[in-house]
Amino acid sequence: MSNNIRVLLAKVGLDGHDRGVKIVARCLRDAGMDVVYTGLHRSPEEVVAAAVQEDVDVLAVSILSGAHMTVFPKIIAGLKARGVDDMILMGGGVMPDEDVAALKAMGVHEILLQDTPPNKIIETIERLVADRGER
Amino acid sequence: MNSKPTVPEHLAPEAEIKDWENKEVASFLAKQKEKKEQFYTFGGFPVKRVYTPLDLKGRAADDIGLPGRYPFTRGPYPTMYRSRTWTMRQIAGFGTGEDTNKRFKYLIEQGQTGLSTDFDMPTLMGYDSDHPMSEGEVGREGVAIDTLADMEALLDGIDLEKISVSLTINPSAWILLAMYIAAAQKRGCDMNKLSGTIQADILKEYMAQKEYVFPIAPSVRIVRDCITYCAKHMKRYNPINVSGYHISEAGSSPVHEVAFTMCNLITYVEEVTKTGMDVDEFAPRLAFFFVCQADFFEEIAKFRAARRVYAKIMRERFGARNPESMRLRFHCQTAAATLTKPQYKINIVRTAIQALAAVLGGAQSLHTNGMDEAFSIPTEEAMKISLRTQQIIAEETHVTDVVDPVGGSYYVEHLTNEYERKVFEIIDEVEKNGGTIKLIEEGWFQRHIADFAYEQALNKQSGDKPVIGVNMFHEPDEVPDLETHPHDPTVERRQIEKLQRIRRERDNKKVNALLDELVAVVKDDQQNIMPVTIELVRAGASMGDIIERLKTVWGTYREVPVF
Repeated sequence: MSNNIRVLLAKVGLDGHDRGVKIVARCLRDAGMDVVYTGLHRSPEEVVAAAVQEDVDVLAVSILSGAHMTVFPKIIAGLKARGVDDMILMGGGVMPDEDVAALKAMGVHEILLQDTPPNKIIETIERLVADRGER
Repeated sequence: MNSKPTVPEHLAPEAEIKDWENKEVASFLAKQKEKKEQFYTFGGFPVKRVYTPLDLKGRAADDIGLPGRYPFTRGPYPTMYRSRTWTMRQIAGFGTGEDTNKRFKYLIEQGQTGLSTDFDMPTLMGYDSDHPMSEGEVGREGVAIDTLADMEALLDGIDLEKISVSLTINPSAWILLAMYIAAAQKRGCDMNKLSGTIQADILKEYMAQKEYVFPIAPSVRIVRDCITYCAKHMKRYNPINVSGYHISEAGSSPVHEVAFTMCNLITYVEEVTKTGMDVDEFAPRLAFFFVCQADFFEEIAKFRAARRVYAKIMRERFGARNPESMRLRFHCQTAAATLTKPQYKINIVRTAIQALAAVLGGAQSLHTNGMDEAFSIPTEEAMKISLRTQQIIAEETHVTDVVDPVGGSYYVEHLTNEYERKVFEIIDEVEKNGGTIKLIEEGWFQRHIADFAYEQALNKQSGDKPVIGVNMFHEPDEVPDLETHPHDPTVERRQIEKLQRIRRERDNKKVNALLDELVAVVKDDQQNIMPVTIELVRAGASMGDIIERLKTVWGTYREVPVF
């Protein structure tokens, strides 16, 4: 296996907005990361299972439907139930600032909203993985 | 003053331009360079310093023509806004039918002239509010509609023979249309007086917006059934809104927006004419929906070219004889993806400029976005300002007094021609490669959309595409001072209680018998899905009842993502 950072990008629920997630997928791949994209309309359980199976460093969930306060707790619980404690969980999309704070308090490592430049996304992931250290 | 003319009068136009470039332009450039070596439109068309009659050389004057006459470049109607202002149609939808009905009435009070409905994700995807996939999404991004009772609450007190209602919904559109028909019939409305639009453009869902349930073939058959049903029973109703808007919002360039929309149009027209229906029987009610992006003149040219392309397709390819079958009518929405969260109030200005381009481009109906839509669905205040923006354009600017006032601009006419040429080139490419449906399955359209979206993201990052407040004139310490639209946490419970009460109180035997009949209807390609669906919703069947039963026949669609 290569030493590349491994990222699973996921779309959860009924939300079909995939412009952003595809841009992120391409910029991370161009930055040399191994990127897996789940495609649309996945359940939180499917996403957690895929992240564990792919043994990724980062699970990044894109959501623009407003259902983030329902979706993230389920993903966090799913990771816990599987005993995963070193996976970096990130979010992206459109969310109110107060929800961003609440999600971070819940255990989401970072949330990057609309109009975040691709380079900042890459840097953030590299920093979070470096901070976590070797697995 | 006694200055001598710098240009000898005997010079031919080509020579005059050369002369001007060598003299005035060269001496000016020697003092101050232009900002870029080459200028491009937002959509990537190269743009020259100035346009002259030479840029229109070799084109038939007929291509510009007159408004209300083939090829309709200058507008679908001869008098346009001199007779009737476009329909001011702000979209609305949140919570339950009752909640959205209040917003509708507020907008009508403020002078809005048509209604447009946003549905929540479960309704858009054909799930009932109590389905596990619906959790957290009920009534959030739009209104939740499960049964006829919800539709009746949504339309309560609204005169359906006077005000047109647009339903922005796709894979489950025919069920909503059935509810709308059942609600109107219950009130005793004349079906041929109902006006409005159901989006029902499923092909662009697979390409762009990604709201789908069934595989492509049965989904296109449903669209066909909506078109043929309305052609026979609802003479003033638009049974489809062939939409470029979502293709553009998903990231495509403006020329691909128009070209892909026309590819979808061609597929639908072919599907309907296969039933033996004459093109002139249904084409006059086909309607379109485009975005208005920020490149002012390019967008105007885009709308003008779309009208000309459509006229030519309908007459030359499909043999339409009735001019009404050849005139493209469109709803327009300003570009939501151009709205910024930073300095959100300046979105009012962006939207106003885009709306002006839509009007100069000849839109029949317009939605102007709210300043707060980068945060959440808009507040009443935000929608009022958007509506007032349209009212200012209509009442204060005088741009409505002359039809197609930019017609004859060398630049806009040239760009209109370029758009037409390129759109036909893309349509040809699609057909050479196997047609629209095959290329959707191969991800061809999706790849084009993703490519342009990616390019734009990089251009924003580099600053090549300036976005005020984001990559220019950014205010890092800004604290937003707005109140966003609140989500009512009781919606989900209220909606589910109502749905479950209806399920208990209805005649379930009757509903089941009708669902069996529905299956028989869809297995026979010659039959139309609408009549039995109207019976079903009247009997209290929910959207989920109908969709889930049909999934057992048709299965579901899952895309292979490309990025």
